[in-house]
Order: sequence, then C-alpha cells, then structure tokens
Amino acid sequence: MYDKTVRRRRAVLGLLVALSLILLTAYFGEAAGGGLHAVQRGFMEVVSPIQDGASRALKPVRDLFGWFDDAFKARGQRDKLRKQLDQVRAQEIQYVAAARQAAQLRGLLRLDSRLKLSQYQPVAATVIGRSPTLWYSTVTVDHGSADGVRRNDPVIDGDGLVGKVTTVASDSAVITLITDQASGVSSKVNETGTVGVVQPAVGNPDDLLLQYVRRADQVRNGQTVVTAGTTSSRLDSVFPPGIPIGQVTHVDDQDILKSVHVAPFAQLRTFDYVQILRRGAGGAR
Amino acid sequence: MISPGLIARVAILAVVASIVEIAAVSQVSIFGVSADLSPLVVMSIGLLAGSVSGAVTGFAIGLFLDLALVQTLGVSSLVYLVVGYWAGRLRELRDPQASLTPVLVGALATAVATGGYSVVQFLLGVDAPVSFLLVRQILTTILVNTVIALPVYAVVRRWLEPALPDDPRRRRRRAYTTGGLSPLTRA
Repeated sequence: MYDKTVRRRRAVLGLLVALSLILLTAYFGEAAGGGLHAVQRGFMEVVSPIQDGASRALKPVRDLFGWFDDAFKARGQRDKLRKQLDQVRAQEIQYVAAARQAAQLRGLLRLDSRLKLSQYQPVAATVIGRSPTLWYSTVTVDHGSADGVRRNDPVIDGDGLVGKVTTVASDSAVITLITDQASGVSSKVNETGTVGVVQPAVGNPDDLLLQYVRRADQVRNGQTVVTAGTTSSRLDSVFPPGIPIGQVTHVDDQDILKSVHVAPFAQLRTFDYVQILRRGAGGAR
Repeated sequence: MISPGLIARVAILAVVASIVEIAAVSQVSIFGVSADLSPLVVMSIGLLAGSVSGAVTGFAIGLFLDLALVQTLGVSSLVYLVVGYWAGRLRELRDPQASLTPVLVGALATAVATGGYSVVQFLLGVDAPVSFLLVRQILTTILVNTVIALPVYAVVRRWLEPALPDDPRRRRRRAYTTGGLSPLTRA
C-alpha cells in the first residue's frame, strides 16, 4: 500500500515535470504562429473578459493599497524635494549675494572713472563689521595702515559718499558714516552752488540735513548735494570735491536759514564694499 | 485518496487566485514590487492537502498564468509544481504544527519561485544582467510575501477545510484538547 502510494506520487511528479519540460521545449522552439502560441492566444481571448471584469471589481481594493503605496512614495519624494529645495535656496543665496556684490563693485568703478578718483589710489575694502545700533554709525573694514589707509581718509561706495576713516589699525579700519552724530561734511548743492554742512537728522538714519543755508538761496527738491571740498577754519573738509552725497527731498524754511533735507545716495545699511580714498597718496585735498 | 470535493475546491481556488493575482495583486505596488500570491497559494495547498495535490495545483496555476500572461509555457508550471510538491512533502514528513510555519514556508516558497523563475529564464537565454536591482526586487518580494503568508494560508485553509480528509494525528490532538484522551479525565 505504502509502495503504491510512493510510486503514484513519484509518477505524478515525474509526469508533471516531464510535461512542463515538453511544454517549455516545444513552446521555446516553435515559431510565433505555432500551435502552442495559438492555444495561448485563444486562452487569452477567453480569459480577457474575466480578467477585465475582475479588474473592475477589484479596483477599489487596488486603489486602497495603491493609496498606501502612493502615500509612502509621496513621503520619500517630499524628503527628496526638501533636500533639493535646500540646495537651490543655498545656491540662490550665493547667486543673489554675488549679483549684489558685482553691482556694488560696478558702481565703485563707475564713480571712480566719473570723478577721476584714481589720483587718490583708492583701496577697495570689504566690510567686516557693523555697529549694531539703529543708526549704523560706524563700520569696520578689512584694510588698515598696512595698506596705506590713514585717519580721516574719505570713504565712498558705488553710489556716493559713505563717511571717513576715524580709527586705523594695521589690517583694519573703522569708518564713521555720514549719518553719525559727530559727522559734518562741507557740501554744496550741485545745481546752484549753494554751500552748507551736511549733518545727520536726529533719529532718522535715512535723512541728512544740509545746514547753514541762507533763506535767500534757491534750493529745490530733486537737486543733488555733493561734497564741496573746501576748507574752513570751523569745519576742515577732508573730502574731495564733487562726490555725490544725496538728493534734496524737501526744504524747511526757518528764521534766517533753511534746513534742507537730503536722502543719501549711499546704501548705508547694506553696502558690503567701499573704497577708501587715500589722501596721502594723491595729495589732493 | 483525494476526494472529488477537494479537487473541485482546489480547482476553484486555483482559478480565483490566478485571476486575483493578475487583475489586482500584481497591479498593487508595495515598496516598489508586487506581492506574488501564487507561490503562497500553492504552498498552502501543499501544506494542507499533500505533495500530489500541491504539485498538481502548482502545475495548473503555473500553466494558467503562463497562458493568460502569454509567457513561455512550462516555466511557471515547472517552478510552482516544485514549490507545491516540496510544501506537501514537508507536511507528510515533518508535519510542522507551529503557528508561524506558513510564514517561514511562505518565505521559502517565494524564494524558490522567484529564484527558480529567474534561473530558468537565464537558462533560456534571456539577455538580462544579474544586477543589484534584480536581487533587491527578489528580496523585497520575499519580504512582502512573508508578511502576507499567514493571512493567505488562513484563507486557503478555511476554504479547503470542509473537503480535507480527516487527519488521524489532528483527530488525536482534537480529542486530547477536548478532554477525550486527557489523563486528567481518566483520573
């Protein structure tokens, strides 16, 4: 009985293996139009409608599992895209900073050539520190006495006058901006030649005042204020003449003098590069 | 002796499983692969009904899939009949009773099926590189099938149970646990 069972089992196994191998060999060897291929096509035609119906019926189940898989994939994609976004943001920051630096340097070059400042042998310096106060009254740059920078050297950026050097170390210097309370720049209105002294407006770092302008002098909005480059016993001007300072925004009439409000050209809050005009180099004053 | 009822139930199960496999399971992607019901169903039938039933069902399901999916005839049949026969022999020789047996046997059945299918394809000269991707796909399929092996086995057992021959060892265990042969009842 046992032997019969074993024999039957082995016979079935052998038969099935042989059948599989015969099918495999025959199918593999015959052409696409052969008998087994035809049987397969016929079977497919019979099964296709059943398969189609089952596919429709099981669509909700498929969608449910698909939803889980999509959610899982979406999480992976989200993490990947976040990484890409971080990289792109970092690149964008670099590009924007580079573009801003390039614009500032272009402005410096333009101002140099327009005002013929090469006689001062300007030194380009990078801002390495700012005073943390609201007025941004001083900045520190990365050039000092070792580069020929001296106290009271005027400083410009690509838009106009920034301030002057007030403290010098060997490799750095502190620049006091024209918005500092102690600052006073001998200036004139470019269109009319009206002279005065540019001082900061108290409490407003974006506003300068052209002081000591006589009531009779003609000053209008939109006119440009530049350095006068003059020397007086009271305010010794260290700035070369003709450096743009700002534009007249409005005029206050007082008793005998006018107070002219000037918006500075220089980007006093944001500049990264400046040029120090070395007075000792050119000797012009 | 295999009863006509068992043959009918196995045949229905084979057809339904193949259609569900083609129409639904193969279209659901889990971790980038689809679960493969067929080796699990064949393995379950082998474990429940024996080596001959397992081998015949494996051959039939393989043939069905090869015909319906227009694959090389005989490849799936050969692979699945080996899986079914091996699972059946395991039951006949060892009769593993641990509740996690279907999980382990399901993982091995999937490994034999996917690995065997790949080997036969390579022997037939399919020009595909043995890449890390292929190995990863096989391993992931085995992992997914391991997870679903137990529920698949439970469904197959529930479907076949009314037609399965009464196993003397099972009958003995049932009698013991219900108190019939317990030494406590004799005392």
